[in-house]
Amino acid sequence: MRLEPREQAPLGVMVLAPLGAFAASLVFAALLVLWSGADALSTFGLVIKGAAGSSFAILETLTRATPLIFTGLAAAVAFRAKLWNIGGEGQFYLAAVMTVVLGTGLLKLPAPLLVPMLLIGGAMAGAVALLGPAFLKTRFGVDEVVTTLLLNFIIILFVSLLLEGPLKDPMGLGWPQSSKVIPEAALPKLIQGKRLHLGFVIAIVTAFAVWIVNTRMAFGFEMRAVGHNARAAKFLGMPVNTVMLKTAMLSGGLAGLAGVSEVAGLKGNLTLDLSPGFGYAGIVVAMLAFLHPLGVIAAAIFVAGVFVGADAMSRSAGVPSYIADVMVATSLLTMVVAIMFTRYRVLWR
Amino acid sequence: MDAIEIFLTTTLWAAAVRIAAPYVFGTLGELICERAGVLNLGIEGIMTAGAFAGWYTVYAGGDLWTGVLVAALTGAAFGLLHGVLVVPLGLSQHVVGIGITLFASSLTYYSYRVLFPKVTSPPRIVPFEPFAVPYLSEISFFGEVLFHQTPLTYLSFILVGIAAYVLYRTPLGLAVRTVGENPAAVEAQGIDVTLLRIGAVMVGSAVMAIGGAFLTMSAFNAFFFEMVNGRGWICIALVVFGSWRPGKALLGALLFALFDAYQLRLQQLAGQYVPYQLFLMLPFVLSILALIVMSRRAGYPRALMVPYRKGER
Repeated sequence: MRLEPREQAPLGVMVLAPLGAFAASLVFAALLVLWSGADALSTFGLVIKGAAGSSFAILETLTRATPLIFTGLAAAVAFRAKLWNIGGEGQFYLAAVMTVVLGTGLLKLPAPLLVPMLLIGGAMAGAVALLGPAFLKTRFGVDEVVTTLLLNFIIILFVSLLLEGPLKDPMGLGWPQSSKVIPEAALPKLIQGKRLHLGFVIAIVTAFAVWIVNTRMAFGFEMRAVGHNARAAKFLGMPVNTVMLKTAMLSGGLAGLAGVSEVAGLKGNLTLDLSPGFGYAGIVVAMLAFLHPLGVIAAAIFVAGVFVGADAMSRSAGVPSYIADVMVATSLLTMVVAIMFTRYRVLWR
Repeated sequence: MDAIEIFLTTTLWAAAVRIAAPYVFGTLGELICERAGVLNLGIEGIMTAGAFAGWYTVYAGGDLWTGVLVAALTGAAFGLLHGVLVVPLGLSQHVVGIGITLFASSLTYYSYRVLFPKVTSPPRIVPFEPFAVPYLSEISFFGEVLFHQTPLTYLSFILVGIAAYVLYRTPLGLAVRTVGENPAAVEAQGIDVTLLRIGAVMVGSAVMAIGGAFLTMSAFNAFFFEMVNGRGWICIALVVFGSWRPGKALLGALLFALFDAYQLRLQQLAGQYVPYQLFLMLPFVLSILALIVMSRRAGYPRALMVPYRKGER
């Protein structure tokens, strides 16, 4: 068997490969559902109903998609430049810490000033969290995959330390949680009485902004060039290390925005279960989107739908909600295979 | 007792050897994969799957060694998946590895919930008991530290010896080492690069999975969610620290475990002055520091993470 690069994939492959990937993960999930003793078709029906069957379900899916758009963009931007940022989870939490520090009364500003401050502060916290590993990569050649992964654990322990110490809510009845942010810091709800908040709009706008940076600005070109062939980029006189560090700040900042949005838009305070793995799910979102910023929006809504739908299904049908995690993981694996088929032709000889 | 006196206690050293075992398995498994040129970021998930598979086999009535075997086979199966995706298909080893970790751990948690829908406290098994090696365990200090361990700990030492022997003293080991440095040279010898790499990844993944099984079958007697808790990632750092050599990797894992055992005792001593989270952070901080220190001298296998395509240069 040999793989031969294609110039341009035929339309059929471009359409069939992702569909095949999706079908394969669906079949696998169906087998798992059958094993648990439930009926696969009705279970999937319940998942779809739970994700998109009512206006409540749709709003819930979009609310869950909001942080995933940010972490998905973070991964997409970094992976394009071959900066393997697996630290979205840590960057998310560090930004959430920053939001709570600034937003619980330290800054007494009206909402139109305070909210941008929180977004900037959180993005900076996320950027700093990735800058360390990126510096170690450019300066010492330390693999950033391992350092960002290890840093996730360090940051989460740091958050735990803060929540049992300086940031502990005095009114929290001993639970490790922070105080609520002040009303001026809260992102307004998009619809009165519903959970969907301004963070969703900011996420969409951010995705378009990243798309413009990617396609219309010199920095976007530099990131792609470094990712495609760092040595050639260096030969052309590109400051490869600087591009890497700038990419790290952008990527970390994007993951940070997810943390701000979850605290200021949804939960109001910081707890240790603020993120059910948004950082890791962002990697899947980015891959499902072929690393395209606008594709990230669609992929994030899809992944969020799987999670929200599976939660609802699990409550009524009793199939463990971990089926969602399995489906998301298998779609990642099948999708990377599908992407390969669009780039290479398989020759059997 | 002050902070220095802890080092004079036999229990500290015995605990270090006990704590080291999952790291030894994990590091050795990762080392085997990387020596063949394949980074295996699936390690965290493969250890989780191994922990569950081994424990469940015993829970369902198998004996302990059958559990170890099932854990190893489970690991090898995930290794096969990783190998097929990254070797012949040449997909990104980073992305596929993370995917394998997500896949293996979510599949494990799903299986646990399907098999035990209603349990609140995790069901227990009778785990491996410490086994005093005749004669050797009577040596003062060393006997207590090294030869009063559970059988899986002895297995980890034996596997390090076997791996070192195979890698450096057999034609197979030479082929594995070469395929991680210069796959074209292996191809020229008429050996199939694809099969050799997939085989190495399967063996390495099986060893990692036994490391996971150590947690449920030797260190504890039950399966908990999140129980691997970053050990896999630390093993990846330990491979670099050990310069891709089994002996050095064993030493690194022991040193790391000694430090871990020490911080546990220090925590009891200084726990009221220093937040416990700082102690829990130390292993991760130490791993990053080890990576920085070793990065300058790191002799990466030259073809690590480079997919091999026949006839392509």
